[in-house]
Amino acid sequence: MTAPPTIAEDEAATAELASIDTGAAAARRFRIPYAALTAVAFIAIWQLATNLLHTPSFLLPSPYAILKDLIANRDILVRQTGVTAFEVGLGYLLSIAIGMPLAILFTYSRTFERSIYPLIVGSQTIPKVAVAPLLLSWFGFGLLPKIVIVILVTFFPIIINAVVGLKSLSPNMLNLARSMGANMFQVFWRFRLPNALPSIFAGLKVATVLAVIGAVVAEFVGADGGLGYVIMMATADLNVARQFSAIVLLSVLGILFFWVIGYIERLLLPWHISVRADEHHDA
Amino acid sequence: MFISIESVSKRYASSHGGAIQALETVGIGIDKSEFVSIVGPSGCGKSTLLMIVSGLTPPSTGAVRIDGAQVTGPYTDLGIVFQQDALLDWRTVLENVMIQADIRRLPRAPMEKRARELLALVGLQGFEKMYPHELSGGMRQRVSICRALLHDPLLLLMDEPFGALDALTRDQLNIDLLRFWQETRKTVLFVTHSVPEAIFLSDRVIIMSARPGKVEDIVTIDLPRPRSLAIRQTPAFAAYSDRISRVFEAIGVLREN
Repeated sequence: MTAPPTIAEDEAATAELASIDTGAAAARRFRIPYAALTAVAFIAIWQLATNLLHTPSFLLPSPYAILKDLIANRDILVRQTGVTAFEVGLGYLLSIAIGMPLAILFTYSRTFERSIYPLIVGSQTIPKVAVAPLLLSWFGFGLLPKIVIVILVTFFPIIINAVVGLKSLSPNMLNLARSMGANMFQVFWRFRLPNALPSIFAGLKVATVLAVIGAVVAEFVGADGGLGYVIMMATADLNVARQFSAIVLLSVLGILFFWVIGYIERLLLPWHISVRADEHHDA
Repeated sequence: MFISIESVSKRYASSHGGAIQALETVGIGIDKSEFVSIVGPSGCGKSTLLMIVSGLTPPSTGAVRIDGAQVTGPYTDLGIVFQQDALLDWRTVLENVMIQADIRRLPRAPMEKRARELLALVGLQGFEKMYPHELSGGMRQRVSICRALLHDPLLLLMDEPFGALDALTRDQLNIDLLRFWQETRKTVLFVTHSVPEAIFLSDRVIIMSARPGKVEDIVTIDLPRPRSLAIRQTPAFAAYSDRISRVFEAIGVLREN
């Protein structure tokens, strides 16, 4: 027999809740932007070091030089960012379009799962970078090989997390649904899918970062546009400031992309702990 | 006879090849509007029996009849309350109760009115828009009771519903449940491992032994209703408690040197 929690334990839990609440209230009044401060400090030191040590610009340009390059070439850089963003976005969406139905099939068909799932897991040991040149010779220099590589690097976390989420419906919950007379579709839409969403979003967020990496790798191998292409060209010209410009834009792209998915998550899952953790509730 | 459990047995395949006899020829009859509790040690198959009555688990042998009809699949004219409240984290309190209406495709407007009434009845007025994570364990369990009652089922199955709550909350929910039962006279099958709780609530207490789970005794609780917590201090209550304890001693569940 399991002992019910004592009143003392319950009180301790309430006290703990209360302390979290006051912490949140304090944070609501003023939130120190630690990360931003660290970043500013880092850039300042970088600038100072390049000024004082007179580092040659082909080794390490100053933040100011990078900013100058960014502003001077903004038109072309924005256009190239757009090219990469398009590859990333399209590949990502297609990856979801392929991954989610597969995850659902794996959840419902044991046979299908047993015959395909191990191969998918196994295929992840192949370094995608190594496959990139091959895809280039198959699909040419256009958009297609980039999309394929983005899909290859992103669909694994998407599918794994979706399968884990979809399978994590508790037996009680399933029994509850069945006792209400829920049919297969109702169980899926009302119970299984919402229950899986936190896990699905965990995969989607990991995939955003990988998608950007995938697109750049594909552009390295062969492209006539995109930020990866900009980096290749700048390397040939020993234009390190330009390389840094592209890197800055790539991280901005990655951060924006991650933020968009995080924003959608907060909209869809206001109830979930991963969302609550850095949000303040008034309740 | 509203529910008749006819020589039901259940055998599971265990993970290491053998078979586990969870229930052995259990036969129980339950009348309409009766409040029946099942007490027994952990692993006596009382939850299994509840699952079989609900039609969610088929018996290995025997049959369950509700209202004369044999149960062959999930029986849906019932409400279930589990020990873990099984609330949907992504739905508000009100929407958690309304899931019943959504799945059963009942008209939303009147059902929402009823959901609000039920929530008010258990003291959750004003909490309708909160999410489960904002509630205490006792409040969560109240929500899941409201959910089990929304569609006004004939039968209420409760699987150690208050087992995870602290003693005070548990007493309060016992009182609330009894008051509700007094008003609606639903048939309730209540699984618990607390003997006082079973006596306090029930018309009859079914005592089960473990491995294999079988009915050892059935005690009719002839205490006047409506009951208040004070009844637990009466000699009659103590006598029932004593009698049930002696059954557990006899089957070796309880030992006093």
